[in-house]
Amino acid sequence: MTFYVITEGIIAFLLVAGGLFAFTGSLGMLKLKDFFMRLHGPTKGTTLGIGCVLIASMLYFTVTQREFHVQELLITLFLFITAPVTGHMLAKTGLHMHLRFYTGTRGSLPEFRDEDVGQSRVARPARAHHPWRTKAKRSRLKRREIV
Amino acid sequence: MTRLKRYLPTPVLSLVLLVVWLLMVRSLAFGHILLGSFLAVTIPLLTQGFWEPLPRVKHPIKLARFVLVVLWDIIVANLQVSRLILSPSREAHPGFIEYPLALKDRLAITLLANTITMTPGTVSTNIRLDSSSLLIHALDMDDEQALIREIQERYERPLKEIFEC
Repeated sequence: MTFYVITEGIIAFLLVAGGLFAFTGSLGMLKLKDFFMRLHGPTKGTTLGIGCVLIASMLYFTVTQREFHVQELLITLFLFITAPVTGHMLAKTGLHMHLRFYTGTRGSLPEFRDEDVGQSRVARPARAHHPWRTKAKRSRLKRREIV
Repeated sequence: MTRLKRYLPTPVLSLVLLVVWLLMVRSLAFGHILLGSFLAVTIPLLTQGFWEPLPRVKHPIKLARFVLVVLWDIIVANLQVSRLILSPSREAHPGFIEYPLALKDRLAITLLANTITMTPGTVSTNIRLDSSSLLIHALDMDDEQALIREIQERYERPLKEIFEC
């Protein structure tokens, strides 16, 4: 009996922890200041979040159905292969599109070689309308922290 | 021997594919093993042209140790990034650094770049065309040299030892 209580506790803990990590990863998208910083949220916060949820799922089904469930490991494997590649491609695209970055960033554009940033500006899609950022707020942000 | 090599150029990859297939269908029925084996032989043959010649893993134990270190670092990375995101007062100091690569093999470089992206506060952004350096964006960087040294010690040296390149 106690075995079930303990496993249940572990599963619940993993689920909550996973949810929290995924949430912070997404919160980073909102809070961090430029594209390259926002990239850190989804490449890391979510991997551990999903990892926790998958371990919880593995435990739960292994215990309740009394047989090994390991196909969740496949999801982890695919995630670990794809997440960094996506992050890398996004970052590269960001460099090529000359996205603005936070003024505090060390290491600046002149240090980049042509091959890093692209020879000319790439056409940027029309600016998306941000639901919460009013015009005044945007200009304030622009003055204060973003080049 | 040569014929076997011709039809089964990468035995390990084939084995991995078979295991992945069996895990996905969750069954050990004869039909699935047959289908899995068929896929495990055909997929490497079809994609052969795209593969770089793979370097041989010289030290499997070191590879296992490396994987464990990276898994641990992923947990630490998550905690660090979460703390940075959640604490309202703490200012992050992002930065770009140019990391000099000592690795020569392309697969090893790919592994290193992926590892860097998965671990504490760093995302690899660009491999320079001459593949001698890697452009990395760090979320919170105080000392550029210390960061470079840490990556060298923790990830690049083990990779170098694993593939001996």
